[in-house]
Amino acid sequence: MNTRSDLSPTGNAAGDIRNQDWYVDKFFQSAMFVCGISAIVFVIGIFIFVFKEGAGFIIQQMDWAEFFLSPKWRPTSATQATYGTLAMVAGTAAVTVISMAIALPFSFGAAIYIAEFAQGRTREWLKVIIEMLAAIPSVVWGFIGLMIMNPLIIESFDVPIGLNVLNAGIILGLMAAPIITSIAEDAFKAVPDTYREAAEALGATKWQVVYKVILPAAKNGLLSAALLGVGRAFGETMAVLMASGHALTIPGSVFDSIRALTATIAAELGETPVGSDHYQALFAIGIFLFTITFIINMTADFIVRGIKNQ
Amino acid sequence: MNIQENQPDIAIRTVSLNLWYGQFQALFDVNLEIKQGIITSMIGPSGCGKSTVLRSVDRINERLGYVRITGAINVLDKNIYDVDVDLAQLRKQVGMVFQRPNPLPISIYDNVIFGHRIHRPPGSKLHRDEEDGIVEAALRRVLLWDKVKDKLQRKATLDLSLEERQKLCIARLLPVKPAVLLMDEPCSALDPKGTAAVEDLIWELRGEYSILLVTHNMAQARRTSDECVFMLMGRVMEHSKTDDMFVTPTRRETADYIEGRYG
Ligand SMILES: Nc1ncnc2c1ncn2[C@@H]1O[C@H](COP(=O)(O)OP(=O)(O)OP(=O)(O)O)[C@@H](O)[C@H]1O
Ligand SMILES: [Mg+2]
Repeated sequence: MNTRSDLSPTGNAAGDIRNQDWYVDKFFQSAMFVCGISAIVFVIGIFIFVFKEGAGFIIQQMDWAEFFLSPKWRPTSATQATYGTLAMVAGTAAVTVISMAIALPFSFGAAIYIAEFAQGRTREWLKVIIEMLAAIPSVVWGFIGLMIMNPLIIESFDVPIGLNVLNAGIILGLMAAPIITSIAEDAFKAVPDTYREAAEALGATKWQVVYKVILPAAKNGLLSAALLGVGRAFGETMAVLMASGHALTIPGSVFDSIRALTATIAAELGETPVGSDHYQALFAIGIFLFTITFIINMTADFIVRGIKNQ
Repeated sequence: MNIQENQPDIAIRTVSLNLWYGQFQALFDVNLEIKQGIITSMIGPSGCGKSTVLRSVDRINERLGYVRITGAINVLDKNIYDVDVDLAQLRKQVGMVFQRPNPLPISIYDNVIFGHRIHRPPGSKLHRDEEDGIVEAALRRVLLWDKVKDKLQRKATLDLSLEERQKLCIARLLPVKPAVLLMDEPCSALDPKGTAAVEDLIWELRGEYSILLVTHNMAQARRTSDECVFMLMGRVMEHSKTDDMFVTPTRRETADYIEGRYG
């Protein structure tokens, strides 16, 4: 019914020709759609599951003041179980702070070098190496913390135990560095070259260009890189479980062992009866973690979007 | 090279300048003498090498990393390719205005004082009042002060018109007291009103600075320049007083170009 001359604009006619290409095209479109949708379905599914498991506890048993303000996590006490997360929150926070103190200067420095100074081969190699860091499984990092960092810290600082905030912080810092570096590098790349040229034409050296122009121009991107790094460090489980000492105390120094929120879930969930208060309390921690990482990622996302709209 | 006591009257002199972008030769045996204190315009069809000449004079071309030259470029009788030349010093002497206004993504105030802060001897710090004075003087010079005096701390990339941005880009060159201003089609991104305003400004600056102005706009070259250089395919075809060039061009190619027979 469709008479098509060779002169007809292809754009209009293309949709009506149901040849093999059309079907292949449609097939892949649908396949992509299903993949895209399923990602959303999974996220929502996970959220519902976690929330369902923890909700009963949050609504009925949970004492909000105790949950957030008490350092005592004694879920297995027969007489009086308490569910305070303060020590774990403090431990997680301490480790995150140390990890960022290590990762941020390192990553931003690396990103500046890669984006502004390195050329050709060096640049490609550096990027590959940093991506390789990102590919190391977290249990291997935990192993490094346990077997290498632990004795090293004991010896260097003359402390009784090397599984502590410092150890976990270093490990998490190294783990977060690749993401921060690559996002920070994108932020530097997004700074238009005309700015560099303008500043150099005014007589600025490369360093002056970096700290007077590039850094201010890229600061939102750097902020979101830092936030995603925080999210990464915060949510990490295995490595921090192995490197932190897993002791339930509010740390007073970087040499104190701590226990992270994530590590608590990982360590205890397998041994609690499904549906028990303890089990539900662990899910409440899960919801808490979920909320915080969600907020961190959203904030980072908003900042990035802010940059694009500028 | 000797330091000259009396100022030379040639601001820029190129001697047998050849330039290659990688394998591609963009300039052929360019010999130019740009006089001090006047406005010299540079015209020629697209791709003839006008920007290339300008970008060699403040050595900004070197950013590319694959540019090679032979010959010499003297700015105020100093060969800028001598080994003892300090790039920052050269760029202090030679200011560049680009085709697209490119204020830096920092405040208007910081844009204007940027060059001054960079070229200040390390460790020395100016009093805030002195900086304020410098910024105001520069902005007044480009007739922008009244427009921006209430938003000096606003980011320069936010709410200035193209004309205002281009004026700002000129203003930020002035605090370091350059001798030469290179302008690469400074009005081509502007509307007629903005063009007229910036042209007036360039004329304003005549005498105090030696200005080399690239333009595609024949009328602009006639209006604003004392001398004119016509380039074609990487070579200088003709260099004479602007009035002479437009009335009695000596070369066939110049006449053709002026009369619009090239793209
Ligand atoms: N970065 C570069 N790499 C390679 N070739 C270049 C580069 N910049 C310019 N060229 C080439 O050098 C020649 C001269 O370019 P130039 O930009 O100097 O011309 P122009 O006269 O300024 O032209 P227009 O009027 O379009 O601005 C052109 O053939 C151009 O393709
Ligand atoms: Mg050009």
